[in-house]
Amino acid sequence: MSEKILYSYTGIFDTPDEIIHAAEKASEYGFKNYDVHTPYPLHGMNKAMKLPPSKLGYVALVVGLSGALAALLLMFWMSAVDYPIVIGGKPFFSFPAYVPVMFEVTVLSASIATVLTMLFIFFKLPNNAHPLNDTLYMKKVSSDKYGISIQAEDNKFNEADVRRFLEDCDAKEITAVYYDKEEINYKHKILEPKFIGFLLFTALLTSGVTYFTLNKLLYMPPFDWMMEQNKLNPQATSTVFDDGFGMRKPVEGTIARGFTPYSFSGQPEAAEVNLVNPLPVSKSVLELGQQKYDTFCSPCHGYYGEGDSRLRGQFPNPPSLHSEKIRTWKDGRIFHVITDGQNIMPSYSSQLTVNEIWAIVHYTRVLQRALNAKESDLQ
Amino acid sequence: MSATQNVDYQKKELPKKFQTVGTVLFVIGLIGVIAAYLTDGSRSAFNNIIMLMFLTSIGLGSLFLVSVEFVAGAVWSTPFRRIPEFLSSILLVLPIVVVPLLFKLGDIFHWMHPEVVEADKILTGKAPYLNVDFFIIRVIVFILLWIIFYYFITKNSKKQDTTFDQSLTKRNIKLSAAFIPVFGITISFTAFDWLMSLEPHWFSTIFGVYYFSGSILAAFAAVTLIVVWLNENGYLVKGLTKDHYYSLGAFMFAFTNFWAYIAFSQFLLIWYANLPEETFWFLQRWEGSWIYFSIGLIFVRFVIPYVGLISQPSKMDPKRLIIMSVWLLFAHWYDLYWLAMPNYSKEGVLFSWIELTFPLMAVGIVILLLVQLSKKNNLVPIGDPKLKRGIDFRL
Ligand code: HEC
Repeated sequence: MSEKILYSYTGIFDTPDEIIHAAEKASEYGFKNYDVHTPYPLHGMNKAMKLPPSKLGYVALVVGLSGALAALLLMFWMSAVDYPIVIGGKPFFSFPAYVPVMFEVTVLSASIATVLTMLFIFFKLPNNAHPLNDTLYMKKVSSDKYGISIQAEDNKFNEADVRRFLEDCDAKEITAVYYDKEEINYKHKILEPKFIGFLLFTALLTSGVTYFTLNKLLYMPPFDWMMEQNKLNPQATSTVFDDGFGMRKPVEGTIARGFTPYSFSGQPEAAEVNLVNPLPVSKSVLELGQQKYDTFCSPCHGYYGEGDSRLRGQFPNPPSLHSEKIRTWKDGRIFHVITDGQNIMPSYSSQLTVNEIWAIVHYTRVLQRALNAKESDLQ
Repeated sequence: MSATQNVDYQKKELPKKFQTVGTVLFVIGLIGVIAAYLTDGSRSAFNNIIMLMFLTSIGLGSLFLVSVEFVAGAVWSTPFRRIPEFLSSILLVLPIVVVPLLFKLGDIFHWMHPEVVEADKILTGKAPYLNVDFFIIRVIVFILLWIIFYYFITKNSKKQDTTFDQSLTKRNIKLSAAFIPVFGITISFTAFDWLMSLEPHWFSTIFGVYYFSGSILAAFAAVTLIVVWLNENGYLVKGLTKDHYYSLGAFMFAFTNFWAYIAFSQFLLIWYANLPEETFWFLQRWEGSWIYFSIGLIFVRFVIPYVGLISQPSKMDPKRLIIMSVWLLFAHWYDLYWLAMPNYSKEGVLFSWIELTFPLMAVGIVILLLVQLSKKNNLVPIGDPKLKRGIDFRL
């Protein structure tokens, strides 16, 4: 057993008024290291103890503003720099849309920081070894009494004086509180090497486990069974075929279901001569053509085929479909361009069925005719 | 019985100069207003609407503060509840402020012209609500309702000064509970009628809340201004502390934020949806010199009071409180001007002596009302059973 050291003198009061008066007297007397304990917060205590305004507000202010700034930069980076996507026709950097997020992050970061700062920095928690713990005094003031504790380290502390002071205040149960020297620790508990080590260990553990799970574990059996199926993925090497290609051409003389072969690939002139539009010019065909044209062709060629692309220069503007050249092309030639592509214009044969392509061809004629009407149309 | 409440209150006459200042402002304002009406009738009518809405804000908002105190059983504001009670007497002059507008309705609201409504599908659809008869009925009924509640609530409160009868508090609690929903509905529709229908094609469901937030802020500013001044000069009950000041300041700060929250919500939804039938209202306020005025609104109504009131000491400093409350009252006028004026002057901000005479008159009216009421009544509800607890209020 080590020697006992005096921590403080404590006194108990029955009513909130008494404790407020006692606190007023204590601050007037000039005590600095004293504290009051009440079962619930008492209005007016700050003033009675002459406490300066709390500095906690500054934590909230600084962290809150940093949170707002961080949110702003984050969203600016994501939506205007790193991955710009047009959303709802708004500019990439659209401040009004960021405000709610900035607001939320401000509140969130400020409140979390305030609570953590209060608990760990201001209150110096966790503090299991506090001398007042496990005393009768603490039991009482945490249920229905009000207490004051004047610490021995105060400059004005003097056992006889303090005892007299507490008696003058009409305190009951004036007792001295002692502690063992090795038990007390005034340092911030969170700065202890053990605690910091624990934090580091937890951080390493969680990131290590996460890394291992996502990068290793999921590639081990049985977790990889979904991924490793008994089939060949595109582009993968085959061990079955001699040439080692996993992707095979259809067997000679066969065609896949639902696939219509195109025999004029790379031969626009032949297509023009040999292909005839099988569809009648009817309202439903033209409507189908319009619908498909608006979906697949208008982004580049414009709704009226004038080459006014909507892609804002992300793809070269195509020539007008109203040129003399195209107007005199036979249907088969336009069919060929759509099916086979032409220079940088890609083929649309995988998106459109043969009938849809012919419908589009009819519809292009409608567009052309609208700009270059025949004499008879005008009568 | 709390007849023996030992509070330290000595009724003092307000200085004579208030009467003089109030009269001078009122007379100058009145002459100005008449001259304004003779020079430019419809422009004056728009200014008159702003004045009407400003006075309604403070009068009705103050009555709301009084009734909230009763319903919530709040004690902190009891020592100076007389001030919002006095301010709500503004409701009594509203019928007079409305009168000139009734002659100018056609100039202000284009939905009041039957031939316009007939040619316009949207206005025809809104006609069951937006028509002259119903409009006038609403105006009369609303003002009447407010005055009735004002009359009974303040009557009970004053009676308590001499009778010390606690049951009067009970009666006022019931009256207040009835008044609050009436308040909520009437203030929203008042905002729709006088401000939103200036642009009858436009609609915003949050508009009533927008006007509410500004009104309560203006009411708090007016109460703070008067309470702090009176208390600093010893006209109120002894014992009011920084805690009372802090609460008033905190409310002004809170409602500054509330206003910004509502104003931004309204803007954000309209901006996001980008529907032409909603956006045009903001675009109008982005045209010509209105753009500067609109950006100014953000600073005048939000940034400056926000910074001015954010710190704890600033909410306890009487000087700061007085400056900020005067500023907030100005900001409320500025906001109302922003709501109403672009409908009159599409090209840009208008400002001349016409715009000055109406605020002068409004301030004159309020000062005269206060001086008048303070002659006959105590400035403190000395018979209120909550008074002592209100003085002892600590944060
Ligand atoms: C990704 C943009 C894009 C889309 C979508 C697109 N095209 Fe094209 N198109 C072009 C470009 C670019 C050219 C010019 C190619 C070249 O350099 O020969 C072109 C050329 C053409 C031509 C030949 C014009 C000429 O003067 O040589 C026709 C006809 C044509 N497209 C029709 C269509 C039809 C029909 C569709 C809808 C199925 C379509 N295009 C979809 C970009 C596009």
